[in-house]
Amino acid sequence: MARPVSYNVNEKKLENDISIADMPEGHQGEGFFATSLNKVVGLARRNSIWPLPFATSCCGIEFMATMGSHYDLARFGSERVGFSPRQCDLLMVMGTIAKKMGPVVKQVYLQMAEPRWVIAVGACASSGGIFDTYSVLQGIDQVVPVDVYVPGCPPRPEAIIDGVMRIQDLIGKESLRRRNGDRYKALLEGYGIQ
Amino acid sequence: MSLTNDRIKQRLIEKFGEQVTAFSEPYGMLTFEAPKELNLKVLNFLYDDEELKFRFLTDLQAVHYPDDKGRELAVVYHLHNLVDNIRIRFKVFTDINTPDVYTATGLFSGANWMERETYDFFGVNFVGHPNLKRILNVDEMDYFPMRKEYPLEDQTRIDKDDEMFGRG
Repeated sequence: MARPVSYNVNEKKLENDISIADMPEGHQGEGFFATSLNKVVGLARRNSIWPLPFATSCCGIEFMATMGSHYDLARFGSERVGFSPRQCDLLMVMGTIAKKMGPVVKQVYLQMAEPRWVIAVGACASSGGIFDTYSVLQGIDQVVPVDVYVPGCPPRPEAIIDGVMRIQDLIGKESLRRRNGDRYKALLEGYGIQ
Repeated sequence: MSLTNDRIKQRLIEKFGEQVTAFSEPYGMLTFEAPKELNLKVLNFLYDDEELKFRFLTDLQAVHYPDDKGRELAVVYHLHNLVDNIRIRFKVFTDINTPDVYTATGLFSGANWMERETYDFFGVNFVGHPNLKRILNVDEMDYFPMRKEYPLEDQTRIDKDDEMFGRG
């Protein structure tokens, strides 16, 4: 029996060598185009994410494949992997985080400027995975808020790309006021941040 | 003539008499024990003796035997004679309620981190150690995880089903 495929099920025809993001909805006429600022900012942000890889084990190896030419995360606007948290938008935690590493993840998160997103790649980062033991953090959501969880042990590069695309969706749809909202502040408060 | 296990045993008995006990040779490696108060004397003797020359501490760790009342914790020293290429294993046992053992850091600098690790996981109190604090686990940990009364699993976990981990 064929295994159900959950990635790339809708084949997208390549119209050109370079595909361009769709224009947001709006009114246009001769010499002007009017749309909401939200959409323009979202469009710009979602197609130019700078990921910060925090790779501690085998999921990091899958991420290297994801960044490589075959899968090529650069196609999604994430060409530039930053290694300084101050420049990056997306913290990608890939691999087992020991309890002693927990404060390091949190510090890296704190060093990132808003707006910032977090993706937990693989079972270990999401829940501790097979490491049901006293020394391993049972999911990074105990120290930092997480936007997207990618399941798998380790996840295939397609799954990581799927996670990044879900982050792109989140970023594109995020309201500009979200980061100033009470709910967001309460969330950060819950993690003892700010 | 190179050093043999029998010769080592003979030298130890000449020096310490009845106090070194439980000689055995699992897989050909001489193993023996001594009272914990004597651990430094034995290690010093093994180090200084011109014939024995056990001057390299390969490893140091502990074992917890919860059923062996009064001698629950064993501290095990693995020593290596680099000249004759012979290894021996030396154990001292201690009560878990007073886990005080003299530190070997004066003799082997390499014992420093190994004793910290042994303290971290088993709670053996190495008397005289210059910096006896946790080395591998988080500083906030308030128990000694390798002691058998503590479960392996993190007790704060909420999303793990025991059945899925073969413990149903």
